[in-house]
Amino acid sequence: MSEGSPARALSEIEAEAAAWVRRRNFWDFSAEDQAALDAWLAESISHRVAYWRMESGFARTEKLVALRDPKSEAAFAGRRFPVLMGIAAALALFAVIGLGARQFVMHPQDRVYSTPVGGHERIAFADGTKIELNTDTVLRARMTTDRRMIWLEKGEAYFQVKHDPAHPFTVMVGDRRVTDLGTAFLVRRDESRMELAVVQGRVRFDTGTARRPDTLTSGDVLTASGSTVSEAKRSKSALENELGWRRGVLVFDNTTLAIAAEEFNRYNRQKIIITDPAAARLAMVGTFPIHDVAAFTDAAQDVFKLRVENRGSEIVISR
Amino acid sequence: MAETPEHKSESAEPRRSGAAVTASEVEVWFIREVLPLEAALTSFLRHNWRNRNDIADLRQDVYERVCEAAHVQMPENTKAFVFRTARNLLINRVKREHVVPIEAVSDLDALGIALDAPGPERSVLARDELRRLQDALDRLPPRCREAVTLGRIDGLPGREIAMRMGISEAAVSMHLDHGIRVLVDAVYGAPEDTRRKP
Repeated sequence: MSEGSPARALSEIEAEAAAWVRRRNFWDFSAEDQAALDAWLAESISHRVAYWRMESGFARTEKLVALRDPKSEAAFAGRRFPVLMGIAAALALFAVIGLGARQFVMHPQDRVYSTPVGGHERIAFADGTKIELNTDTVLRARMTTDRRMIWLEKGEAYFQVKHDPAHPFTVMVGDRRVTDLGTAFLVRRDESRMELAVVQGRVRFDTGTARRPDTLTSGDVLTASGSTVSEAKRSKSALENELGWRRGVLVFDNTTLAIAAEEFNRYNRQKIIITDPAAARLAMVGTFPIHDVAAFTDAAQDVFKLRVENRGSEIVISR
Repeated sequence: MAETPEHKSESAEPRRSGAAVTASEVEVWFIREVLPLEAALTSFLRHNWRNRNDIADLRQDVYERVCEAAHVQMPENTKAFVFRTARNLLINRVKREHVVPIEAVSDLDALGIALDAPGPERSVLARDELRRLQDALDRLPPRCREAVTLGRIDGLPGREIAMRMGISEAAVSMHLDHGIRVLVDAVYGAPEDTRRKP
């Protein structure tokens, strides 16, 4: 265009950029696909500009998730598509998503579900149970006629279980076991620790050792690390904040910058690094779109007068 | 003290220049600082260019030019740089195509008053963004809207959208591609009629 060269029409380039964004976000995207995208981007500045615009614009459409009614559990799959919640849909939802399957001892009935960094996946099972996978999560499900077993291999998932005493529902986190007693709960697994938060109803927790099983109820939060298990009570609003990711937001309430940065880093490839220890201890309040790192660093800059340096793959916050 | 040379640029926020500007820095700069100007840039172009069908092309052209320049040296003032580039582009087009724009390309001086102050674009965009997105979603053709709703709001992957809607994966792709483009335009606050699609 600018050079008067017979450049391809913008609408054609934009169509290709949109197709890449669609493939990355809605289809399995392999390493070969990524290589093809990289090659396409390397072809011209027109491609890069169109893609950057499309991709970052699309990331901001995440706000649309707000249109889903957060108070209504039915909003997820059920209410919008009541007619479709039959067996066909449930079968469709069993489609194996993604990678990592080789790492586990697979049973023929096992299905592996996973999300990449920044991902968010909802699974609805035929029995009415729903599982939501947060960022960078892998779980394996084995639903048989007599029991329902989930292994949380890593990451975080929110379980809304259709309670059925005849078909116990169990989540394994390493050798720790969470058994549903009619409930909704959140389980998070890091390298060395797990956290279990009961949002509604009751669950049983046991470690597979001599320690007697605990029954936890709504508002209970259990943390297990090594052989240490601790419990605390958390308010309903604190639990709701912790579940902000289901609505695509991070909610900070008197949270230190260090912890807030760590939360953002779970969801985004561009990592926030805080070099100053005193800055890391500053506490903040606010709600941010989960992928809007810039909104957070802007706040750090504006509110706390900190220096923010964008280095591409990381953003460094200092004094 | 008196012999200390004054470097104006040091008092301002230092920018990296030369070959040190990496591709990913340009990308981050473009996304963080240039794209939020899109609504203002689009109205500037519309105001100064007769043919509405050219606006998207002109905008893309401005983007390409500022990115190429940023590879060599990051501009001190992104907003001023973007609008100066847009103005020069329009002037060159006028000369080359012997066309007369609606008005002389004179807006920049008026605009210049605001160039140094931090623009309101970011906050204005953020405030209206959800409303614009919702409007754009509502205006999509029904099947396209359904696919986008399943994909973006309910978070289903393409394969499941195809099964739920009972259509082919290729058809889902077509709906999603159209939806993505329309929603992205809405995000950046482009006025409705900058793009006409079949």
